[in-house]
Formats: sequence, structure tokens, C-alpha cells
Amino acid sequence: MLDTALKGTQRYWGWLIFLLVLMGIGLGCYLYQFQEGLRVTGMSRDVSWGFYIAQFTYLVGVAAGGVMVVLPYYLHDYKAFGRITILGEFLAIAAVVMCLLFIFVDLGNPVRIMNVIMYPTPNSILFWDMIVLNGYLLLNVLIGWNVLSAERKGIHYPGWVKTLIYISIPWAFSIHTVTAFLYAGLPGRHFWLTAIMAARFLASAFAAGPALLLLLCLIVRRVSRFDPGEKAVRTLGGIVTYAFILNIFFLLLEVFTAFYSQIPGHMHSFVYLFAGYEGFGKLVPWMWTSVGFAILALILLIVPGTRRKDDTLAVGCAAVIISSWIDKGMGLVIGGFVPNTFDRVFEYWPTTPEILITIGVWATGFFVLTVLYKIAVSVKEEVGA
Amino acid sequence: MKGIDRREFLKIGGMAAIAGLGGKAAFEILAPGKLEAAQQIPLTKGKHWAMVVDTTKMDDALMDVCIEACHKEHNVPNLGNPKEEIKWIWKETYEHAFPGQEHEYIGERFHGMNFLLMCNHCTNPPCVRVCPTQSTWKREDGVVMMDMHRCIGCRFCMAACPYGARSFNWGDPQRVRTDEKLMPMNPGFPRNKDYPTRSKGVVEKCNFCAERLAKGDQPACVEAAAKVRKGALVFGDLADPHSEVRKVLKENYTIRRKPELGTGPNLFFIV
Ligand code: SF4
Ligand code: SF4
Repeated sequence: MLDTALKGTQRYWGWLIFLLVLMGIGLGCYLYQFQEGLRVTGMSRDVSWGFYIAQFTYLVGVAAGGVMVVLPYYLHDYKAFGRITILGEFLAIAAVVMCLLFIFVDLGNPVRIMNVIMYPTPNSILFWDMIVLNGYLLLNVLIGWNVLSAERKGIHYPGWVKTLIYISIPWAFSIHTVTAFLYAGLPGRHFWLTAIMAARFLASAFAAGPALLLLLCLIVRRVSRFDPGEKAVRTLGGIVTYAFILNIFFLLLEVFTAFYSQIPGHMHSFVYLFAGYEGFGKLVPWMWTSVGFAILALILLIVPGTRRKDDTLAVGCAAVIISSWIDKGMGLVIGGFVPNTFDRVFEYWPTTPEILITIGVWATGFFVLTVLYKIAVSVKEEVGA
Repeated sequence: MKGIDRREFLKIGGMAAIAGLGGKAAFEILAPGKLEAAQQIPLTKGKHWAMVVDTTKMDDALMDVCIEACHKEHNVPNLGNPKEEIKWIWKETYEHAFPGQEHEYIGERFHGMNFLLMCNHCTNPPCVRVCPTQSTWKREDGVVMMDMHRCIGCRFCMAACPYGARSFNWGDPQRVRTDEKLMPMNPGFPRNKDYPTRSKGVVEKCNFCAERLAKGDQPACVEAAAKVRKGALVFGDLADPHSEVRKVLKENYTIRRKPELGTGPNLFFIV
């Protein structure tokens, strides 16, 4: 099926070349970082994780969000999603690839990465995160590829694929739960020390993942003869709406717990993020941008009139993506480190190389995504679905 | 300082010598894989090293002496940039060392008073719990160790340590030997040829001077402090009821940093 990825319009090739250029710039910056060490980033002793881990955290959600189409289709036989499950699975593949790359570029000693396998450490959540992420990648590659090639040949996919599909459903929940546990169980990091962390992660994942998928569906409908289907788009819109409401609700629960309890450690990160703390407030404009987009998203998604119109629905989904990208990426990661364990403020801001490497990884993800979607769409067009 | 622990030290020294650790430059000679194995040899069974800082005998000048002794011993470079700072032992004011415990009516003497901080060698260390490669681990004698040859630089341990005790080599520490600006700040670096310098991309922290314990010596900071004022720092074995640390803990009221987190810090402060 790979051959279908090699035949495309000029626009398709232009887009791929554009992504390749961004990847090249990112790679160049990475080689520089590899040479100089992570000192080329904005991270420090006090904020030891930054932009890379923020993207990783966000993208695990996007990957997990794919399950929101797989689950209704396979468990509830929701036929409308039949046409787009493959898009959900391929989105998950691209997202997990980005996750793994972001972990990789964040390592101080990437050449030693195999140590994680050579000295397996069951008490480290990072060990489990590696297992579930790689497992999820493998599952989606196997499922997506087999289902699609069966479809192309006009036959039913083999029985064992069905088993893998059932496994992939709880697995999707696990990748985001385990990622939440990276943060949730650490003593002395009040902002992360909350039992609702995994639930929050899942809620934001089930908003952000389907939101991106929905936008991709609308794009696919524009640029190809394959139509994901009106009903699928409507249902996705509903899923995004409910999940995003839940996400905001969970966030408000955190705010209540912090400010009603009045425990300083629990309040300080919120104060830093939204109002500035002890004169420092680099993230304040960002966090309010996130709030602004959240409000916009809520309005556009909750009002039936705007949710049912493609244009306004697309804007709503874009708002969900921007809002949760800021909140769950930067806000969550940096808020956990600032103020630091001494109740002192050392701020963080990504440097240019850091941003270019990040863009490079995103471009890699979109490259993978484009090629996979091209294959999927070509097959769909071929069989006239 | 000299008292009871001396004997213990000698015993350990003997064992370490048998294990082939006592020799000069042992860390540098051994290959990375061997270093790992060697470091894992328990120095003594059922021991529990701890340190007591007597803040009534401490002052800023003495803290500086301790810091310099440690950082010289372990070739901790001064990189002149707070973003890249590496520190094994350092000063911090009361309100920041014990956030949440300060209040405006606190005793005069605590106003702006500095505390000498380092890794607490926690009894239940979260840094060890989270490390995906077992690069940091707790020895049977209570020392929380770092293996700089295995660390992948994920910095999970830094997020997990609630005491800010870990530093990361954001760049290559060796560049202080060539960088015009850094050279004057680090005369003669590496200043202790018997202790390895690190590479970029690994985490490091106070190791309770495990390399000195192996020879039967006291940690560098304790030894340096004792030359200035006796009893300002007391180091010893909590498992030994006759040790000096047990004695000073019995006779004084001590506090620890963030005991509510359940990490069990083994750094005590007489206030
Ligand atoms: S003080 Fe921090 S680095 Fe030291 S043992 Fe405790 S948790 Fe680990
Ligand atoms: S940075 Fe090194 S020591 Fe710390 S958790 Fe990662 S591998 Fe372990």
C-alpha cells in the first residue's frame, strides 16, 4: 500500500517538502544541542523539564484521544465511526511517534537510552510509560495496517486483529493514566500531587484528540474525494464538547481545593500561573490566552447552532486545541516547578534552538500523519467508500 | 568528632581495602561497568549514616569553608550562571529551607539566618523510586548514590526530590578548563585528581563522601568544619547507639526539612 503514498498532487508534495525543511532545521538544532548539551535550552536546576516534556504530555493525550472513535465503533457498534477509525488510529501513530521523539530530545544522554531496557526498573513510572507508549504504537501500526489492507482487498481483516483492537482500547486509557502518574505521585510538588491528575489528563485527551481528528476529517473532506461522513463529524463534535466541559470542571475542582484549603503550597503555582508570584509572571499572558480560548470553545461548542455548523465547529475545535495545549503543556509542567521546592521563583522560557527542535518534531509527526492519511484516503477512494 | 566513630571508620576502611576500593584514584582506574559494581559493595551491614548540623555553632564563614571543602573534593565547577548551577552543599535562608515553617514572630537569631543544606540521604528516597535506570540507589549503609555512567539524564529524580538537592550537567563541566571566563573561577580544575569529573547530561549530588567513608575518613565538609569549630557538623552512624550523632540527637532538639513528606531525611539541624 505504500505505493499510494508516492502518487500525489503538487500540493501534496509541496506540503511534504515544507515539512522536510522544518525537520531539517530541527535536526540541525538537535545536533547543536547534542554537541553542547541541554544548556542550549531554557531549562535549569529549578525547572528541570520544559517545552519538550510539555509537548510530550500534550501529545500523549492526542494519541489516547483516538480511542474515542475506536471504542464506540467496536464496543457499541456505532457504524458512523467505521469510516474514520483508521484516521483515529493513524493519528495515534503520528502522536506516539512525536511523544517518543520528544522524550528522546529531552534526554541528557540519548546514547544511553537502552539503559532503560537493560536495567528494567518496575518502580519507575518512566519505565512503564516507555512500555505502554511503545506497545500502543505497535498495536496501532498492526491494527491500522491490517484493517486497511483487508479493506483494500475487499476482505474482512483476520480474527486476531479484532483481539488486538479490544486490547488497544484499555491500552489507550493506560498510556494517559501512566503519563499522569509521572507527575501525580511526587512528594513536595503540590501542583501535581492530586488524585484527579489522571482523570484530568483523560478528560483533556478526549477533548484535544477528537478535536484534532475532527479538523483533520474536515481537511480530508476538502482535499480528497473521501468523505468521513456527516454523522461522524457531528458525533465527534459532541464528544469534544462533553470532554472539554469535563476538563474545565476538573480544573475548577483543583482551583477550589487549592484556594478553599488555603494551603500555601497548593495555591502558589496557580497564583504564579494566573497572576504572577513575587513579581514573576512570564506565563500569565499565556494562561489567560488559554482561558480565553477555553471560553470561546465552550460557547461555540455548547450552543447547538454553532456546534452544528462546520465553520464554527472547526473554530471551536481549534480553540480547544490551543487552550489545552497551553494549559496541559506549559501550564501543567512549568506550574509544577514554579515556585520551586524552596518556595523561590526561577522562571523558564524556551530558547530558539529549543523551539526549532520542537517544531522539527511536530513536522516529523505531521509528515508521518500526512503519509499515513494519504495511504488511507487513497485506499478509501479506490474502494469507493 | 574524633570519638566513637573512629573505630567504625577504621573497620570500614579495612573492608574497603579488601574490596580494592581504598586505593588512590580507584574511581578513575575502574572501567564504568566495574565502577558500578564496586560502588554497590555495601561498606558495612546495617549502618545508617546521618549528619547533624549544629546551627548554634555555625556561621556564614564556616558554611563557606564546608562548601569549599566539598566542592574542591568533588570537582564541582563554578559555572558562573545560576541556570547551570551545580551544587552539592549550599546555603539557604531559614524561610526557604523550611518553607511553611517560618512566621513573622520567629526568634531574632533566625532573621535572615542561613542553613547549610545538602542531600538528606533520605531513608525513603523518592529520587531512587523514580529513576528508570537504577542510576541512583540507596546503599545498605544509608548513602544515596549516583552512578554517572548509567544516568540517561531524564531528570526525573530532580522532579522527585522535594529538597532541590540534585544538579544536572547542562553542559560539559570540563569546559571550565578552556573557557576564558570560567578559568579564573576554577583555579586548577579538576582540583582533586582522585575524584572523577562528570560528563554533560548527567545528574549529580552530594554522596556523603562515600569515597572518603570507604577509606575510613569523615566527609570533607565535616573534616573542614572540625578544623574551625568542634561540633558544628557531626557525622556518624545512627544504628550505633554509642555514636556521637546519637549522643547529640539525644541531648538536643533537632528539626528536619519537610518531615511530613515521609522521605525520612537524615540531615538534622540543632536550632
Ligand atoms: S534529599 Fe533528594 S536527592 Fe537526596 S535522597 Fe532525599 S530525595 Fe534523594
Ligand atoms: S536523570 Fe539519571 S539518575 Fe535521574 S532519574 Fe534519570 S536516569 Fe536516574
